[in-house]
Amino acid sequence: MNVFTYILMGFLVICAISVTFSKKLLNSILIFMSYSLIMSIIWMLLESPDLAITEAAVGAGVTSVLFFVTLKKIHAMVGEEEKDEEKK
Amino acid sequence: MKRKNNAFFRWFYGEKDPYLGKVEMRPQPKYENKPSDLREAFRDSMMRDRIYDAEDNATLKIFQKLYRIAAVLFCLILIGILLVNVSWLPRYGQASNPVNNEVSARYIESGLQETGAVNIVTGMILDYRAFDTFGESNVLFIATVTVLILMRLDKEKKAPAKKGVPVYTKPADELTVAQAHDRIYEPKNDVILQMVAGFLVPIIIIFGIYVILNGHLSPGGGFSGGAVIGAGLILYLNAFGFEKTERFFTEKTYKWVCFFALTFYCLAKSYSFFTGANHLESGIPLGTPGAILSSGLILPLNICVGLVVACTMYTFYALFRKGGF
Repeated sequence: MNVFTYILMGFLVICAISVTFSKKLLNSILIFMSYSLIMSIIWMLLESPDLAITEAAVGAGVTSVLFFVTLKKIHAMVGEEEKDEEKK
Repeated sequence: MKRKNNAFFRWFYGEKDPYLGKVEMRPQPKYENKPSDLREAFRDSMMRDRIYDAEDNATLKIFQKLYRIAAVLFCLILIGILLVNVSWLPRYGQASNPVNNEVSARYIESGLQETGAVNIVTGMILDYRAFDTFGESNVLFIATVTVLILMRLDKEKKAPAKKGVPVYTKPADELTVAQAHDRIYEPKNDVILQMVAGFLVPIIIIFGIYVILNGHLSPGGGFSGGAVIGAGLILYLNAFGFEKTERFFTEKTYKWVCFFALTFYCLAKSYSFFTGANHLESGIPLGTPGAILSSGLILPLNICVGLVVACTMYTFYALFRKGGF
């Protein structure tokens, strides 16, 4: 365990807390994504590269994209056309 | 707590958008409290107050106070129990821990001769414990089926035909509506995204195929490589839209790929359930360790798992986006 690992662990804790306290849903998804990225670097440092690949692809990639699509479905992310319609 | 009036903290609390006014964009409209919305939101609680006569009901008040105290107590007790349990765990990395038994020693010492896989992890999950991995693949498949049941929209929803009532307008079916809806909110032909995707997607997919095919030699395997390929397919779909992906990936493709992969896996490894997780000789030569065509059934099983995982990821995304392929 070197200093770099401790810094990353600190980032993990910060991310985990700020996901719950962030006001905007989009911000929390982005923070969640960065949590997964940091986690994959930590897996790399713990000498398990297979888990690092999976974490980067599933945690940071697919899960966040599914979250984005869900946000769009429940209209938490407003599209530009929709805004125009609201103004009219 | 004193709030720092820093730019970063203001962004964190959602008060300030650093791009507002600097980048060309339209700000979101301000949220306004309408009295009708408020009444709608508090309707249930007001109704409940009226039914139970909340202002004069002494039992209810005592119960509500007790409820809060009990909730806090319960949380504290739960935290205490978990912490006590953690303190009972053996220390990490000691030789006398129950993890260090004859199973892991056997896997590490004779895994290479028995499975032929240089990567011991793959040798474990696809040879010694192949029936576990079979269950995992089936769990993924069942998850897709569940999402399919929940989110799929019918292609042809026929209007109820009544005698004597001619149907003048064809009702727009749900899938078409969802597609149109999807098209409105999706930036079509984004040049930056298309350039980057055209450059990156082949690399991502080739990396995924490499991880799958070298699962028994280097870190990775079916699940990791399949997830990488699925992410690449999602990027391709985002950049070029459904018309391009439907040329090679439709619902039929998904059905047949999953059917063949899972059936092959089932035929190859499900005997473990009947022999009590004991190994049967497959008769396939293990080959030289380190060569790509080695270690018997592990390579085809890796390909099967990778195909199922990649198709599942892509299907999830397509179903979430417009409820169909």
